[in-house]
Amino acid sequence: MTAVAEQIGNWLAEFSGQAPAAPWLQELRAAAFQRFSELGFPTTHNEEWRFTNVAPIARRPWRNPPGKSSSELPEEARRHLAQYASQANPFVALNTAFLADVAFFQVPRGTVLEKPIEVTHQVASMAAYHPRTLILAGANAQCTIVETFQGTGSYFTNAVTEIVAGENAVVDHYKIQLESREAYHVATMQVQLGRNANFTTHSISVGGALVRNDVNAVLSDGTEATLNGLYLVNGSQHIDNHTVIDHAKPHGTSHELYKGILDGKSSAVFNGRIIVRKDAQKTDSKQTNKNLVLSDEAVIDTKPELQILADDVRCTHGATIGQLDSEALFYLQSRGIGKSDARSLLTYAFAQDIIDRIKVPELKDRLEKVLFERFHEHAH
Amino acid sequence: MSLLEIKDLHATVGDREILKGISLTVDAGEVHAIMGPNGSGKSTLAQVLAGRELYAVTGGQVLYQGQDLLAMSPEDRARAGIFLAFQYPVEIPGVSNMYFLKAALNAIRKQQGMEELDAFDFLNMVREKMTLLDMDQALLNRPVNTGFSGGEKKRNEIFQMAVLEPKLAILDETDSGLDIDALKLVAHGVNALRGPERSMIVVTHYQRLLNYIVPDYVHVLAEGRIVKSGGKELALELEESGYAGLGIADEEEAVGKV
Ligand SMILES: Nc1ncnc2c1ncn2[C@@H]1O[C@H](COP(=O)(O)OP(=O)(O)OP(=O)(O)O)[C@@H](O)[C@H]1O
Ligand SMILES: [Mg+2]
Repeated sequence: MTAVAEQIGNWLAEFSGQAPAAPWLQELRAAAFQRFSELGFPTTHNEEWRFTNVAPIARRPWRNPPGKSSSELPEEARRHLAQYASQANPFVALNTAFLADVAFFQVPRGTVLEKPIEVTHQVASMAAYHPRTLILAGANAQCTIVETFQGTGSYFTNAVTEIVAGENAVVDHYKIQLESREAYHVATMQVQLGRNANFTTHSISVGGALVRNDVNAVLSDGTEATLNGLYLVNGSQHIDNHTVIDHAKPHGTSHELYKGILDGKSSAVFNGRIIVRKDAQKTDSKQTNKNLVLSDEAVIDTKPELQILADDVRCTHGATIGQLDSEALFYLQSRGIGKSDARSLLTYAFAQDIIDRIKVPELKDRLEKVLFERFHEHAH
Repeated sequence: MSLLEIKDLHATVGDREILKGISLTVDAGEVHAIMGPNGSGKSTLAQVLAGRELYAVTGGQVLYQGQDLLAMSPEDRARAGIFLAFQYPVEIPGVSNMYFLKAALNAIRKQQGMEELDAFDFLNMVREKMTLLDMDQALLNRPVNTGFSGGEKKRNEIFQMAVLEPKLAILDETDSGLDIDALKLVAHGVNALRGPERSMIVVTHYQRLLNYIVPDYVHVLAEGRIVKSGGKELALELEESGYAGLGIADEEEAVGKV
């Protein structure tokens, strides 16, 4: 048996061992598994996965976590489920093949949710998890979503989140990735945005051994999308952020700011694709990726990918890779602040503007603590 | 024992020697002015005293309170009472002036066996010092020097000095680029700190500052050496006849003089 066939074989055993579900779901799963079997795990020959080798995930015979049963879903959810995230991504297909418990939230049209929708994944066992989240925000609805991923030990999280925002809806999304340092984390978020919708996502990535985040947003007329990202890696961590902002209609605006802090022998990838379709005139798009590299051995690959088919648009992009400013460091030290404190202060300052954009106060406080601890670890 | 004793100090950047044997002694309570043409090494001397690693000390010795200053880290020098007001204060986006100054003050207080100040006491003491320099309190919440005008940056340096209360303050061209009102404010801030226990090294190009901060000694630095020392009248002399009167080539200065 080839290695690939062996990998698929392991998954087949787990696939077949799933608790039975409603026929529609069985069907969805089966088609997705078929797709996954055809695709297999991506290799680094695949341009989309060039810098991220998922062999450590593919090699391991992952088990399903125990006691997973499928939930009933309302008709509305069934109409939208698995309609957006592309099954051409093998991880999305795999997630769909193991669909069970879907975190489904619907915000009816015109409804303003005061409290954030919280989806927290806390895992412990040595298994593969395929969490699925579906959020439907109706026209003129407003909501905040906080997705948190955390766990202990070695496991594999393969998450898919689909968000559909109706006309003029306002959605503020947070993804907080605090996985264990031995965990593998692959997550795909697909966002469909209606006319004049306003969508913001903040992707804060701290944990994991190997992490891949895909954020894909499709914009409509007059849609505004903001993608903020912060990734911290040290030791031998690897993180890959792939984003696609698809300006499908005119008058859309997108702002993207991803910042990375790399230490140790870690590596990171930022790949930001901006698509401006032929009739998406008057698109205004700005992409920025900034990296702070604290060690000689850390590696960052950053790449903008602009596909602009309309002519009356404004698109800017820029990427920087830098070290801590030695003059700033000296300035702090010359005022009595110790070298390691000065380093962590400057490192923190680099991340500050992303943290400042967080609009949920408790979340902001919590992350400030996480970062503070992390940077002290960095500095020493 | 003198507060500061610099003996035959040599320093290089890359393979270029910039300080070529500087000797200078500063006693407690004294104010020394250092003047000299552009590029003569004034800032290099100031930065070497504060511990900037960019400059390699290749010879000589510096004793501060009898201790080997050059063996100390920049932060330990600051904690021991040395303060450098930078010629070009550094902008630090993302760090608020308030957080920065509180961290600095508490690091120094801790070293001196004093209790750390809490936010409330800190704010009270800081307000007082801000009034002294007629500084807008909003500056406290802004990131360090970021978006400050040239004058605000210089005043911020003196404000920091007022808060940190050093034993030896080195002011590197704190007067450059200030209008007369700002200059008076800065001088007022500096003079408020003068005392028998506090010494200062004031680097300047202009006699005008020395009308307000009257020095005990004036030294002229040229090409990495102190070529002349004297009392406060030396500054007046320089103002009259320029460095050329001392036989020092300084074309920039000559051109600049109208
Ligand atoms: N980091 C550096 N790299 C290279 N050369 C330097 C560096 N710092 C200073 N120098 C050089 O050393 C010499 C002395 O510079 P320094 O800044 O000490 O002069 P200065 O007397 O303070 O001048 P100014 O009055 O213009 O402030 C100059 O020729 C300068 O170009
Ligand atoms: Mg200078």
